[in-house]
Amino acid sequence: MTDATSPISTAKAPAGWLGRLEGSWSWIALGLVGLLLPLLDDSYFGVIAQRAYIYWILSAGLNLVVGYAGQIAIGWVAMLTLGAYTTAALAAGRVGGVEWHPYLALIAGGAMGAVFGVIVGLPALRLRTFYFAMTTLGFATIVTQVALAWKDVTGGGVGTPGPVFLWPFEPGWGFYYFCFLLAALATWITANIGSSRYGRALVAIRDAEVAAEASGIAKPKLLILVFLLAGGLGGIAGGLFSSLQSYITPDAFTFEMSVLFFIGILIGGRGSILGPALGTIILTVLPEFAAPLVQWSTFLYAALLLVIVLVIPGGIADLLDYKNRRPLEQHREIVPRPELLSRVLGAKGEPSAIRLANIALHFGGVRAIDGLDLEIRSGEVHGLIGPNGSGKTTTLNVISGYYRPKTGSLKLDGADLPFDKPHARAGYRIARTFQTPRLVGAASVLANVMIGGTVRGDGTFVESMLSLPRHHNDEKQLKVAALKALATVGLESLADVRADRLQHSELRFMEIARALMLRPAFMLLDEPAAGLSAEEIRRLGALIKAISREGTGVLLVEHHADLIFDICDRVTVLNLGKTLAAGTPAEIRSHREVVSAYLGA
Amino acid sequence: MLQSIVSYGLAVGAVYALIGITYNVMFSASRVFSFTAGMLGMLGGVLGALFINKLGMNAVLAFLLVLAAGAVLGVITEILTVRPVLKSIEQHLYVLSTLAFALMIQQVVAIYWGTEAQPFPVLVPIDPNSALSIIDQKIWLPVLACIVTIVGLELLYRRTLIGRAFLAIAEDSYAARALGLPETQLRIASYAIAGMIGVLAGFTGAQMLLAYFGNQAILNFYGFVPVALGGMGSNRGAVVGGLALGLFQQAANFLVGGIFASVAVFAVFIVVLLLRPEGLAGAAAARRV
Repeated sequence: MTDATSPISTAKAPAGWLGRLEGSWSWIALGLVGLLLPLLDDSYFGVIAQRAYIYWILSAGLNLVVGYAGQIAIGWVAMLTLGAYTTAALAAGRVGGVEWHPYLALIAGGAMGAVFGVIVGLPALRLRTFYFAMTTLGFATIVTQVALAWKDVTGGGVGTPGPVFLWPFEPGWGFYYFCFLLAALATWITANIGSSRYGRALVAIRDAEVAAEASGIAKPKLLILVFLLAGGLGGIAGGLFSSLQSYITPDAFTFEMSVLFFIGILIGGRGSILGPALGTIILTVLPEFAAPLVQWSTFLYAALLLVIVLVIPGGIADLLDYKNRRPLEQHREIVPRPELLSRVLGAKGEPSAIRLANIALHFGGVRAIDGLDLEIRSGEVHGLIGPNGSGKTTTLNVISGYYRPKTGSLKLDGADLPFDKPHARAGYRIARTFQTPRLVGAASVLANVMIGGTVRGDGTFVESMLSLPRHHNDEKQLKVAALKALATVGLESLADVRADRLQHSELRFMEIARALMLRPAFMLLDEPAAGLSAEEIRRLGALIKAISREGTGVLLVEHHADLIFDICDRVTVLNLGKTLAAGTPAEIRSHREVVSAYLGA
Repeated sequence: MLQSIVSYGLAVGAVYALIGITYNVMFSASRVFSFTAGMLGMLGGVLGALFINKLGMNAVLAFLLVLAAGAVLGVITEILTVRPVLKSIEQHLYVLSTLAFALMIQQVVAIYWGTEAQPFPVLVPIDPNSALSIIDQKIWLPVLACIVTIVGLELLYRRTLIGRAFLAIAEDSYAARALGLPETQLRIASYAIAGMIGVLAGFTGAQMLLAYFGNQAILNFYGFVPVALGGMGSNRGAVVGGLALGLFQQAANFLVGGIFASVAVFAVFIVVLLLRPEGLAGAAAARRV
């Protein structure tokens, strides 16, 4: 594949000052301040700065959980407690009678945080996020109770001394640089994850979970990795915290800290690294200058949290997002370019087919599908029509693995397709779109489309974390592919625009572009023409037809009879979950029952 | 020992059950789990001790005032922290808004009441030699409160028209609205009832749990465990789950120590969530595509 005559222009919008702020300069400035602070030789500033670094080490990881994945981890202070006590107790020889080397104890604290990050996160893998909020809250309560009660190890209410780190990070400025370096490291790895396909997948889980699944994103696996990382960073932060405090008691770990971490992230804005970092620093430093208010600080944090949630749920970053305030061109036209499809979809594969045989599915007493046979062949557009409630979307959900039918078989080229694993469909290169477009509103159109190609990357989570070559390679290829897909559907000029600013019809085409990222062998379209103008429907029809001619099998669920009869090779008509008629468009058009029951006239 | 395990277990369990019911009543009306449940429990104890011990009121008047305060707080919760975020319920912002409100109240308590646990007065004057004092009132008060609450709610929901309206809202708020039911008023009423149940738990349980600001976090969690065990929205489930939790916790406390009890409860909670997220008695919900 050569790009010598690339017709794709990379639309580059001039970044606003916030766009530049997100760039590296602000990090360099922050880093310089941090590096040079010891020149002031003021140990008071030093301690405040160390606390800010330590809080940020925890918050950096928590940011991936809260800001990116949208999981409400309100009790993450427990990881700080856990890491602090593990490090302190091991270093002091309170466990097994051997005094651990402080650095080893710190690593153990991080490991402890990582393990419990996953344990506490387990409910988040399957359940609504409220349960996760509750488990983190419960865990924070229990860790404090255990810290009070387990006197042999934690010293109970009396407490235990924190570890003293040895050269080169001995107490004083040595330890300062230790915290600084680890904070920089935490920033770097979480920023790497945030800007990788894993970061986009997390945001997709947050805002468009169903679309994430359809793109092949396995939520449990990804969240476990993130909980490991966030728990580990929390544990490390705890170990450092115990050393900074030099003596820890359960009182040192108040729930107020959890609220502080949380607000820092919320103020900074979801899906940003710099915002939460600044938020954490400000919230750590602020109370130092408002001594009379210290008593009321928890109250004020809580009040601030309430205000943010009620007034600016998007955080300050949203308020300052001037780039996306610029008006878009008013009369935009979507002009797909089907001729680019061969480069998006790659070489034609072997002919294949998805076969549904005798599928039946009941919801309570309602027979949603009642003995359906259907075959989707590569290179063909198969129309699925029928009145509302006839089982069209249900059929589509069975094929994409959301529903397990009561009876019947679903096979791809003779092999069974598994049920209950919608995220596994992407591996079979079965892509889909949704009746209501599912999108990440806060992300750019380009990022939304790139989500569709998540499974195409080769680099592992760790490779992305450390910004290794395969990660860069993945990013480059995904971006090129996404731009091609956008050019194909006619949206390349909007690549940098926030997706929630698009018109409804544009979102429909964006979903097709996202589906194309899988190089799908089969594509399931759920009412793609709903809400489109007549001209847009015509263009959509030409695009769908062209997709099928590249070898992709298309299942088209639609109400627009004209579109169906224009582009379909075969049509199945459903009524009450059963096949009313099946055949070529010409046969269906003249089918007596169909005409009287559905087409009318 | 068995006697104290059972009696304390049932008493603590009754408090947990009542907090669980508080969660449920708010949840049924709004699909929102509000973190103010534990706050209400904490306040029941603190306000009771404040009115009786500090202000010298008699127990009945104090009780009524505490109930009124609970109802008012319930209404404030609804207006301030629930209604504004109901539109975006999928984002679960209510977790944060209700938690923030609860923390604000908790902090006010911490500042003006103090962070030390303070004793709660004996409510019912009973001659220590009479037959009635065989079982301590700190044991039977919460159990009685739990029985009264569950019977009262059953009567309300099953026997009265307004109770059926509550059920209709809980079952399908959209359809209920279409039938002309005043959803907002019913929701406010539910939050007021929940507020009263929450402070009732704290008030009757405070001879055991003391008037202590830290009860908020403990009740928030241990009061939710029965909901997870018994299924969301199921009050009977919450009672069974609450009593089971109380008994288990006390038994573990006496037999193997507090550390194990806390850890075991947490472990059971996570395992139940993972294996039976709809609760041990609940039915699975359909997924949304």
